[in-house]
Amino acid sequence: MTARPGATSRQHCILVERPDDLEAWREQARALAAAGVVPEHVIWSLQSSGAADLFGGAAAPAACLPSPAAPLAVRANEAFLGLAESVIRHRDPARFALLYRLLWRLQGDRRLMEKPADSDVHCAMAMGRQVRRDIHKMRAFVRFRAVTEPDGGDRYIAWFEPEHHVVRANARFFLDRFASQRWSILTPDLCLHWDGESLVEAPGADPRDAPREDATEDLWQRYYASIFNPARLKVGMMVKEMPRRYWKNLPEAQLIPQLIAGAQAREAAMVAQGADPFPAAPPETLEEIAQGIAACRRCPIGCNGTRAVPGEGPARARLLIVGEQPGDSEECAGRPFVGPAGQLLDRHLRQAGLDRASIRLTNAVKHFRFEPRGKRRIHQTPTAGQIDLCRWWLEAERRLVKPDMVLALGASAGRALLGRAPRLADERGTAMRLADGAGLWLTVHPSYLLRLEGAARDREEARFQDDLARLRIMLEEPAATP
Amino acid sequence: MARLSLAERLEILADAAKYDASCASSGTSKRNSRDGKGLGSTEGMGICHAYAPDGRCISLLKILLTNHCIFDCHYCVNRKSSNVRRARFTPREVVDLTLSFYRRNYIEGLFLSSGIVRSSSHTMEQLIEVARSLREDHAFRGYIHLKTIPEADPQLVERAGLWADRVSINVELPTDAGLARLAPDKDSGQIESAIGRIGDAIVEAKDARKRFRHAPRFAPAGQSTQMIVGADGASDSQIIGRANGLYDRFGLRRVYYSAFSPIPDASAVLPLRRPPLMREHRLYQSDWLVRFYGFSATEVQQATDAEGMLALDIDPKLAWALKHRESFPIDINLATREQLLRVPGLGTRAVAAILQARRHHRLRLEDLGRLTRSIARLRPFIVTADWRPASITDSVDLRARLAPPPRQMELFG
Ligand code: SF4
Repeated sequence: MTARPGATSRQHCILVERPDDLEAWREQARALAAAGVVPEHVIWSLQSSGAADLFGGAAAPAACLPSPAAPLAVRANEAFLGLAESVIRHRDPARFALLYRLLWRLQGDRRLMEKPADSDVHCAMAMGRQVRRDIHKMRAFVRFRAVTEPDGGDRYIAWFEPEHHVVRANARFFLDRFASQRWSILTPDLCLHWDGESLVEAPGADPRDAPREDATEDLWQRYYASIFNPARLKVGMMVKEMPRRYWKNLPEAQLIPQLIAGAQAREAAMVAQGADPFPAAPPETLEEIAQGIAACRRCPIGCNGTRAVPGEGPARARLLIVGEQPGDSEECAGRPFVGPAGQLLDRHLRQAGLDRASIRLTNAVKHFRFEPRGKRRIHQTPTAGQIDLCRWWLEAERRLVKPDMVLALGASAGRALLGRAPRLADERGTAMRLADGAGLWLTVHPSYLLRLEGAARDREEARFQDDLARLRIMLEEPAATP
Repeated sequence: MARLSLAERLEILADAAKYDASCASSGTSKRNSRDGKGLGSTEGMGICHAYAPDGRCISLLKILLTNHCIFDCHYCVNRKSSNVRRARFTPREVVDLTLSFYRRNYIEGLFLSSGIVRSSSHTMEQLIEVARSLREDHAFRGYIHLKTIPEADPQLVERAGLWADRVSINVELPTDAGLARLAPDKDSGQIESAIGRIGDAIVEAKDARKRFRHAPRFAPAGQSTQMIVGADGASDSQIIGRANGLYDRFGLRRVYYSAFSPIPDASAVLPLRRPPLMREHRLYQSDWLVRFYGFSATEVQQATDAEGMLALDIDPKLAWALKHRESFPIDINLATREQLLRVPGLGTRAVAAILQARRHHRLRLEDLGRLTRSIARLRPFIVTADWRPASITDSVDLRARLAPPPRQMELFG
């Protein structure tokens, strides 16, 4: 739209005193539009944002307006005012300019507000929706705590942090509902106090001004935990309707993490009873596996809050070494075989002339199963059921890495590859073949060696070294690679 | 047995109530307590004060007065033969809990239900006493939903409506045969006549208020019911038919569907597996099609497969559209509201926005993008100023392309 007669090219800096005061904004906007000031020439700012100082205590708004000889008639309509009522309360500083632009364009196009596909209208409507939602959320999420006042009566006090400037807009709601009790709503920008007779506004407060506790909250939390059905977890839905930003002031939200964890463990227990929990299509890349195991909660180990440790090494490798599960150091590092057992393995690999960099290393179970003892996490062998469940990931990895040879370290790894408990004593040191044609070589887990001492340790380390040396020979013999 | 604390009983009696789907607190008369004499208010729309990790809204204190029960309905966790911990509240305790939760802005009101102790009428009297005390002794103006007991004295059932905003009587199972088998103490004839009586009382009270302004209100938020899905062999088509009959005959506000959830200590007559949660969701969608989208129950039934089941992977509106490809594409710029509502992917809000926007110019895909959530799903079914599907509605793989990729979560559902 072009400038109308009487327009000047000066910039106008307009200070808005209260962030949510539509009346005052209307006065200013009407004066500007009447003077033919185009939207591009107006800079709106909020008094409290320090803008006043920035412009050297800018003059009163009216003073910086040109006074045209013939002011233009400025008209708004109901649709605009209805929307402005919400938009003005938005926290985005651009709201004043947007509203003025709409008002300005409305002068040339009386039906502008009926065009939801127009980008200004669209934007204002979106802001209006956000504000109305915040108004609604405040009604929902204010939580009062009761305190006894000197006269023996109760006062109900809430601390709340709205996203937009919606406190005044909600005063009526809380009055309608709670006129018979004394209450206060404290927020960072503005507080409301009702004493049974009059409503008083006060400047913003600090969370420490609100009471810390209320005995009834315990009952409410117990109610919240009991009314929820752990057989149907829909966390996304919950977060959509009860965004996290409100959680810290909701007593019941403190329980959410533990409720979710409990429900997942329960789900896992159901899985253990037989349902097949994996999606039909296996992952197609190693990254997918890494992401998949990170999110995997199919067995209870996945629900213990540890991180999953994916395999490491080349994406295609001739040798795949499978351990049991990540230990304490592996879980911390997010990498397999970096703890004491890993270091021992490294030493033996070097000694056998096998290059760790060309080998893919992974575990039968991707999460760390442990039992807390004081501050320490004590390794716990995964159950057969857990190994069988997690095998799905190992098989996906094998399909992608396509090793010629798989080295299984210990009974858990053996079980994960064979699908049955291996007889380590008999089957160690015999070349076996897996269904996909790869060779399988079974030996002990290096952590077993770590538990031995003295002569026994020397003897077993030598046997282990021997297993690796024979493995290397098999890898070099073309006959070993089908 | 040691006497349980209030907190322990609250846990037991809330836990026992969680299988009830309804938590709505909408649609009642507007009230407030600006006069400073009572407590509470209701607006047109109820407020969800919290959401549980199961995604459900918590708007009311939803509890049982007691979970003792002399009946033995197989699908119910509180049945006589079930081995759960039992507890009871006195009416006074429920009143106090409701008020102290309400004063802290945790809830919109109370949803009270109960197992049956001593006799149906005795239990009903206790439920009514809670509501009476809240309204009379404490001038409580928040929301009250009473689940009434159809076997109780009809006069008692009707008294419930004088104090409550909403009353409900559960039909429990979609078929009479299912009810006879799984709820041997209940009688579908008795349930329906109780629903019918309440329906009549609601209509009468509305009439009376038109003539005398001070005539008492009667359940101003109407009546609802609930059906358990997946415990008997009823197909979706049968369920849709039954719900529709209930809406038509009794003017119900809502029919709730509750996917049968294997309950602790389940009876051996029940299926072991619960139906996919998605089934419940699809039934709600079909309910909406009838209530807000101008579909007839018969049309929704057409969207089911040979066994009378709704597809789980696509919503019933899309299923219907795929079976009626001859009705598409629909011209966004010319179609009536009724036609637009039939386009898969267009909700009532989007349709309103389209009708409004097209008054000014012919809509293009880009405009539609701003008015709807996603145009990808819409494209095969619509014509805009700059788009016409290349007879795409005929292509065989349309369903495959429109069905959302399977989500892992549902495998757990
Ligand atoms: S241990 Fe394996 S099966 Fe269990 S949660 Fe972790 S990745 Fe999933």
